[in-house]
Amino acid sequence: MTLEANILSIVTFLPLVGALILLILPNTEEYKSGFRWGALAFSIATFIASLFLLLGFQANGNLHFVMQIPWIPAINAEYYMGVDGISLWLVLLNTFLFPLAILSSIGVIKTREKMYYVLMLVLETAVTGVFLAQDLLLFYFFWEAVLIPMYFLIGVWGGKNKLYATTKFVLFTMVGSLLMLVAIIALYLQSGAINVLSGPTFSLAKLMALDLPPQFQFWCFLAFALAFAIKVPLFPFHTWLPDAHTEAPTAGSIILAGVLLKMGTYGFIRFALPLFPDAAFYRLGGDFFNFTIRDLIMALAVIGIIYGALVAAVQIDVKRLVAYSSIAHLGFVMLGLMSFNQQAVDGAILQMVNHGISTGALFMLVGFIYDRRHTRLIADFGGIAKPMPVYFNFFLVIMLSSVGLPALNGFAGEFPILLGSFQVNWLMTLIATLGVILAAVYLLYMFRRVFFGEVTHPENKTLADLVPREVWSVLPLAVMTFVIGLFPTMFFGKITPDSHVVLTRMQAAETASDEALISRERPRELPPDEVADLLASRAEGGAR
Amino acid sequence: MLDLVWLAIAFPLIGVLINGLFGRVIRSKLISGIIGCTALGLSFAVAVLTWLDYTYQFWTTRDGPYYEVVLWPWMYIGNLKIDAGLLVDPLSIVMFLFVTGVSFLIHIYSTGYMAHDEGYSRFFTYLNLFVAMMLILVLGNNGAVMFVGWEGVGLCSYLLIGFWYKDMYNANCGMKAFVVNRIGDFGVLLGLFMLFTYFGSLNFTTIFKEAGSVLEPGSWIPLAIALFLFLGATGKSAQFPLHIWLPDAMAGPTPVSALIHAATMVTAGVYMVARLNPIFNASPTAGFVVALVGCFTAFMAATVAMTQNDIKKVLAYSTVSQLGYMFLACGVGAYWVAIFHVVTHAFFKACLFLGSGSVIHGMHEEQDTRYMGALAKFMPWTYFTFLASTIAIAGIIPFAGFFSKDEILWQVAIWQTRFGWAPTMLWIVAALTALMTAFYMGRVTWKTFQGQQRWTPEFVEKHKHPHESGAAMVMPLVVLSALAVVAGFLLFTPPWLGNNTTLKDFLAPSTANAQYVKTHAAAEPGQHQPEHELPAPGAEAASAGHAGEHHAAFISLGNVTATEIAFAAFSVLLALIGLLVSRQIFVNQPKATEAWKKHWAPAYQFSLNKWFFDELYHRVIVVPGTAVAYACWRFFDLRIVDGIVNGTAWIVGVTGHLVRPLQTGFVRNYALYLLLGVVILLIFNLVK
Repeated sequence: MTLEANILSIVTFLPLVGALILLILPNTEEYKSGFRWGALAFSIATFIASLFLLLGFQANGNLHFVMQIPWIPAINAEYYMGVDGISLWLVLLNTFLFPLAILSSIGVIKTREKMYYVLMLVLETAVTGVFLAQDLLLFYFFWEAVLIPMYFLIGVWGGKNKLYATTKFVLFTMVGSLLMLVAIIALYLQSGAINVLSGPTFSLAKLMALDLPPQFQFWCFLAFALAFAIKVPLFPFHTWLPDAHTEAPTAGSIILAGVLLKMGTYGFIRFALPLFPDAAFYRLGGDFFNFTIRDLIMALAVIGIIYGALVAAVQIDVKRLVAYSSIAHLGFVMLGLMSFNQQAVDGAILQMVNHGISTGALFMLVGFIYDRRHTRLIADFGGIAKPMPVYFNFFLVIMLSSVGLPALNGFAGEFPILLGSFQVNWLMTLIATLGVILAAVYLLYMFRRVFFGEVTHPENKTLADLVPREVWSVLPLAVMTFVIGLFPTMFFGKITPDSHVVLTRMQAAETASDEALISRERPRELPPDEVADLLASRAEGGAR
Repeated sequence: MLDLVWLAIAFPLIGVLINGLFGRVIRSKLISGIIGCTALGLSFAVAVLTWLDYTYQFWTTRDGPYYEVVLWPWMYIGNLKIDAGLLVDPLSIVMFLFVTGVSFLIHIYSTGYMAHDEGYSRFFTYLNLFVAMMLILVLGNNGAVMFVGWEGVGLCSYLLIGFWYKDMYNANCGMKAFVVNRIGDFGVLLGLFMLFTYFGSLNFTTIFKEAGSVLEPGSWIPLAIALFLFLGATGKSAQFPLHIWLPDAMAGPTPVSALIHAATMVTAGVYMVARLNPIFNASPTAGFVVALVGCFTAFMAATVAMTQNDIKKVLAYSTVSQLGYMFLACGVGAYWVAIFHVVTHAFFKACLFLGSGSVIHGMHEEQDTRYMGALAKFMPWTYFTFLASTIAIAGIIPFAGFFSKDEILWQVAIWQTRFGWAPTMLWIVAALTALMTAFYMGRVTWKTFQGQQRWTPEFVEKHKHPHESGAAMVMPLVVLSALAVVAGFLLFTPPWLGNNTTLKDFLAPSTANAQYVKTHAAAEPGQHQPEHELPAPGAEAASAGHAGEHHAAFISLGNVTATEIAFAAFSVLLALIGLLVSRQIFVNQPKATEAWKKHWAPAYQFSLNKWFFDELYHRVIVVPGTAVAYACWRFFDLRIVDGIVNGTAWIVGVTGHLVRPLQTGFVRNYALYLLLGVVILLIFNLVK
């Protein structure tokens, strides 16, 4: 067994190994620093291990570092792991964020430290697994495994309203994911019915090869889409998010916003869309007004962009504001993914990473002042640029990245998304672009109230600036905003070949759906060559 | 040298890094200032060398006006190929030269002006960053790189307006500037998306080359692109309806007002329109809109400037008004004239702002002209430079402003358009604005430097009298005012006055559709592609809206020269009237204005309150917007969605409570339920 074959398992399970070791350590005072630095060491080791994925990674439309061995042979479930351009940067984002999240919580988390760090490491394993699993059952296993540590992280170390928030979070997610489980089983049975010889399967690649009836695709897609839409969260399934983000401990918010939300968007591009391509073009509505599922999701994404931004603008709690801004940002991602256009999809995949970095960093920064003042209300601050200049500068950079300032990372995602989706649906893009204005409104409005003006609260006059531990937690994120912003081609280069595979699949389904529509509109009157002409003109119109 | 043009951006960025990261460590204002100024000096040197090198290459080899330097592939996805690349051509060189030159002078001035400020190194960090961004804006070889600079200068503007952030008013003004600019950026983004949709590229050279074949003149496509881009220009260049941020931007330190909000950043919109002139040429309607908006803004801002009391507010509205002139020139297709006015305006307006800074410095932070007067005696340098610039902006021959403004008026007069009444109307309004310009500039000059001493008692008690500023501040004033005097006839004189067409000829390749393109990749020195010439664009693309060419056709006629002289004489006359009338009023009869204010109260209030635009936007946009946002949150999120969610949970809970008594724990009860079930099933089956 070579490193090549095992690297994904190492990246996935190294944190779990760390968690087990931490569990063995006695839970006493003298081992306290062991938990802290042990967890940090394991997460850093995982990050270093994950960097090996970059070595020799040539995106070519295939999975890399594949490991495929039977897991539950009785039902053909496999331990099937692999990485490609779509998941590569998400895995790296995950392994990159965890050490920083752990570092930022050292000394801040004061109760039940052992369990805290154990759960963080378990969470890391589960999330990495989600991004690497190529077997639907394995994916579902990791997907649900994420909930358990997150439930406790919010429920035990959260804020005042933690129990409501964590219950809401878990129940919301479960509603969707149980339906997804039903769809997975249906798909499994269907695959057995189609391929009688090879038997039923959970393998993504094999399931994608099946020719599924449209109606079946539609219902399965709905079940998958609901699970993912809740996770993203897509408007109007978003109300768990502000509560969960606000009540979670800082590191919990970083991970929640940074990577957990991407499980939803990733689910769309990896599972829901390629498995059920025809469902995306399933038409709803009557003869006079009809729209496809894809139009619907794009519309929800655009509503989310405007809605999230508007609601963020009137928040009085910094963390809640950032939470609502996530809804707007993820709206951009969904808009890009559903455009089925190369620029938009690639931009969306990069934007997942960008959002993880900038929103993760925002939550971290908000956590820093929360630790000092134990309040998150904007009104309790004001004028703190003076006592905390270093903090001010970090916050400025991260905020600008979130606003989407060119040459920072946010722009490198947003710009291709909007540019690409404009080719597909100019009206929705126009509305979505208004979100760019609103992003400046809510972030700058908050920034002004927190940092500018006279120091109105006397206790803010003596606020200490960032300590080295805090600087080291946020500095890598700030550096990455510049790296991605200035050299996005480096990232896109590894994404494009793999996203192109999904895209081709979706575009083929779109053509098929257009064909079906045309033949329905003009039954039998046209000779075949005229149909071809019509199709060509339609395709041209679509390209425009 | 052309390949090293990026150094001009790198030097200020190095300044940013040193002052930004180590400013707190250095703790020496001298060193911070030297770093800031040296970076700019080097940048200016690069600009001059680039210019010399370019003219040498251009005149010796004549193999194309465009020289592209590709630094690295910035954003490559599928058929989207955006390089971090720079474009050297006459237009960018003109912008490059005056931006670095004026910036350099203002940096020197700032070392004096900000000498007592605790945020000294922070100031130079932002100022250097601004220059770097401005250079990216004017040198970028494609729309996306231009947009980097476009937003970057907006950011620096935001940071510098709110530089003294302890005062919430300043922070508010900064935020207003950024948000209003973002509305414009929305337009730029959509314009870029459309450009990519139709051209498949954002590269300027590609767009120039293909504009003739891709855009059907007069169709809605160039119109939509042009209007989206122009929306961006109205934001950045403070044109109606997005002009409201610029007057408030005066909350920043005065060198910032001079550099960003008068000389350089606010001209970015004019630059963009001139840069993408093939798009605007393809749509006469868009040109008409540009001219109309520019002319209206020029007039509107001039009426406001007539009644403002704050010396910087007058200058701010004057800037808005002058920018309106520039767009008027763009609208009638005279792009080179617009750029000409950009340059002359940069000199005299920067000088005026720096002069006002000197006054504010000398008056110990007094900005209200009502409490000034008779400063000429105490601040002779400031007075004479300010006066020279006032005469320049008013348009007295042979000061710089005369040549550029007169040329704009002339271009409007000879504009050939299908909107037949437009040239006459626009010319009348523009001429009227010229009269008002001379009047309000005269007013502010006389009120500040002449007439009675109206200093506040506290000021007199504390400081006795104002003082002249130091050498670091006076030197840039002198240089700029000298330029304000001579720049006009050095760059351009009309045919009846010597016919010096230096600037016009120089700009012609950029502003009158370019013929061919030469590319050069600096990124891969290993694989030098043979420099290739691209074919000339269709002749029809070059035909639309070139006022310059009409002009050339006209001057051969003798009587047109006479007309032109008459027009010029008339505009000088207007300027003289404005200056002299204002002198008569504000030096000799200062009391008269009080009666007029009462007599014309509604008009006076309308002007004093800036046409109530702020109030209007507040009521129409801010208040309803906030209400909608609250409704989304308080009603939709917390009531509807969470209502359904919590309602579901409640129903589940209640149901649980209701059926709870069934779970008694006694086996006999369960046996009974079992029996009941069997009975029901039996009945059900029997009935069926």
